[in-house]
Amino acid sequence: MTEPQHRAATIVLEVEDPELPHVTIGDLGMVRSVTEGPGEVVEVVLTPTYTGCPATEQIRDDVLEALASAGHRARVEFAMSPAWTTDWITEEGRRKLREAGITPPAHLGGAVPVTIAPHSPDCPRCGSSNTRVVSEFGGTACKSSHVCNSCLEPFERFKEI
Amino acid sequence: MAPTPLLTFILRQGDRSLVLAQRLLEYITHAPEIEEDMALSNIALDLIGQARVLYSYAGEFEGLGHDEDHFAFQRDADEFLSPVLVERPNEDFAHVIVRQFLHDAYAVPHWTHLAESSDATLAALGAKAAKEAAYHLRHSSAWVVRLGDGTEESHRRVTVALEHLWPCTEELFEVDEIDAELFSAGVSPDPSAIRTSWDTTVDRVLTEATLPRPEPPVPAVTGGLSGLHEDDFERLITVMQELARTHPGAEW
Repeated sequence: MTEPQHRAATIVLEVEDPELPHVTIGDLGMVRSVTEGPGEVVEVVLTPTYTGCPATEQIRDDVLEALASAGHRARVEFAMSPAWTTDWITEEGRRKLREAGITPPAHLGGAVPVTIAPHSPDCPRCGSSNTRVVSEFGGTACKSSHVCNSCLEPFERFKEI
Repeated sequence: MAPTPLLTFILRQGDRSLVLAQRLLEYITHAPEIEEDMALSNIALDLIGQARVLYSYAGEFEGLGHDEDHFAFQRDADEFLSPVLVERPNEDFAHVIVRQFLHDAYAVPHWTHLAESSDATLAALGAKAAKEAAYHLRHSSAWVVRLGDGTEESHRRVTVALEHLWPCTEELFEVDEIDAELFSAGVSPDPSAIRTSWDTTVDRVLTEATLPRPEPPVPAVTGGLSGLHEDDFERLITVMQELARTHPGAEW
C-alpha cells in the first residue's frame, strides 16, 4: 500500500457511525477496501450492515467529506456480497459498544437461527444474568431491547446477524 | 415491449417487500405496545431496504434510466406485481401478525435459496435478506403462539385472521412460465423446496399456537403477481405515492 493510500485508509477506518457513539466503521468491519484508482481518485468499498439501514447514506457522505477535507477526491461503493455479519465487529468495536452500555453481539458463525428463543445477555450495568428480552427490535435496525430484572435498568444489545 | 422474465421476477420481489412495508407503516402507533411499534417499523425498514436494492437492480437491468424511486412512486397500482397476501388490510393486530407470519415463513426459505442464484446481485441480496428475515419470522411466530395460545379473545381473533388470509397463501407458490424459465436457468429458487419449508414452519407454529391448520382454499385468491389487486390496493398505492407525485423531482 502506498503512503497516500495508507493515509486515506486510516481516514476511512476512523469515520464514526452516526448512530453508535464513538464506534467507527472500521470497528464495525464495514470497510472492504480503500484503493487508488485512475486520476488519483480514492475508491472505497463498504459493506452495508442492514439493507434498510438509514445510516448507510449518511456514512457514505461522511466518508466522502472526511476524505475531501484531507484533499482526496473519492468514490464510495457498496458491496452486498459477502453479506455483512456482526462477526466482523472488531474487539475494539466490542469494547466501545460495552462502554456505551450496548451489549456486543455473540459470535454467530453461520445463519441466524429461526427457531431458537432469544437468549437475554448479562446486564452491561450491574452484570446480572437475570435479564429479559423486551423486544428483538430496538431504536436502530441493529439492536434489540432488554431489561435487567436485578437493577431494573433497560439496556440494548447489538444483535447477531 | 413486454418486460423480460428477469425484470418481472425482480419487480415481483421488490413489490412484495414494498407493499408489505407500506401496510406495516400504516399500522404504526396502533400496535398494542410501543416496543411493537418499533418492531414493526424495523421490519418495514428491512423490507424497504430489500425493495430499494431490487428496484435499483431493475432500473439497471431495464436500461431506460429509471431509478428506484421510479418503480416505487411512478407506477400505477395495476403495474405492481405483489401477491394479494401482503396487500390485505390491517383489520386488527391479529391480521397484521398472521399476514406477517405467513409471509415470513415464505421469505426465509425464499431468500435462503435465492442466495444460491446464478445471478450475482440476487444471490447477494438473498444472503443478506435471509438473515434479516430470520428475525422477522422469530418475531411473528412468537406472536402467533402468544395470541393463539393466549386468551379466548386473542385465540378467536387470530383464528379469524388465519381463515381470512389463508386463501391468499397459494399464490406465493404459483409457478408460471416466468418462474419455470428462471428456475431452469438457475436464477430463481425451486418453488417446491420453499413450499416444503413453509409447510414445516406453518405446521410447527400453528400446533404450538393451538390453532388448527385451515383446509386448502377453494378457490385460492390470486392475481396479484400479474397486477390484479383487490379494492383497497389503489388507495394504498395512492397514499404511498402522494408526496412523490405531488412534488415531482423533489429531493429530501
